[in-house]
Amino acid sequence: MGITIAFWVMAVIAVLAALSVVLLRNVFRAALSLVLCFLAVAGLYITLSADFLAAVQVLIYVGAIAVLIILAIMLTRDVPHGSLGNRLQIPAFIVAVLFLGVAVYAVVNTSWSIAGVAPQAPTTSALAGRLFGEDGFVLPLEIAPVLLLAAILGAIVLVREK
Amino acid sequence: MSISLEHYLILATVLFSIGLYGALTRRSAIVILMSIELMLNAVNIAMVAFSRYIVPLLLTGQVFTIFIIVVAAAEAAVGLAIIITVYRKRETIDATKVDLMKW
Repeated sequence: MGITIAFWVMAVIAVLAALSVVLLRNVFRAALSLVLCFLAVAGLYITLSADFLAAVQVLIYVGAIAVLIILAIMLTRDVPHGSLGNRLQIPAFIVAVLFLGVAVYAVVNTSWSIAGVAPQAPTTSALAGRLFGEDGFVLPLEIAPVLLLAAILGAIVLVREK
Repeated sequence: MSISLEHYLILATVLFSIGLYGALTRRSAIVILMSIELMLNAVNIAMVAFSRYIVPLLLTGQVFTIFIIVVAAAEAAVGLAIIITVYRKRETIDATKVDLMKW
């Protein structure tokens, strides 16, 4: 029962915050709505008993990516212009609604093989076992830092003053 | 009524569609990037929901989500660096005005 209430509260907050990210004219307020949406998604992870991911979501999305986006808004002085729409409003709306319809139709009409097992309660050590253990994801885990290093170097090279 | 997998998947689809609409229609490059982050979050919700309801003991979806978060962080860093560089060169980040490579 508690999970149900938490899901609906978080879902409504997430959808409203996402709508205001897309529809608000003020770019800075859109970024703050994005932070609220990230926090609601972290709450949804908790209702899915993914506690480690909820902490990671708050640390990386709410902490790092939101600060980066707000910093970029400040650096580009884009706030006075506002977030305007282009000429694709109606086709894009049709595409989005079509995608929503098709995906919801597919979700509702698929018979998912739900496992009746209760989920693992603290996921942190289990996730570490999956990432580092036998038959785990060690190779992707080694590639991810290389990607991060390349991204950091690329960002530094791009914004360096000549 | 208890919450099932379909609830999470439909929520993820709604968030993805909102992000798709934003990424297609906004003119500010930063708002386009924010919409893409919204779409990545929607995919993460779907991944974690699949992990919770279909393979609760394997946690595969949560591992995928960790890698998606890594890629999203790298994408945000590089994307915002590109936006700042474009702003320095052209004094605008309006995606309809940055059309040097458009024919």
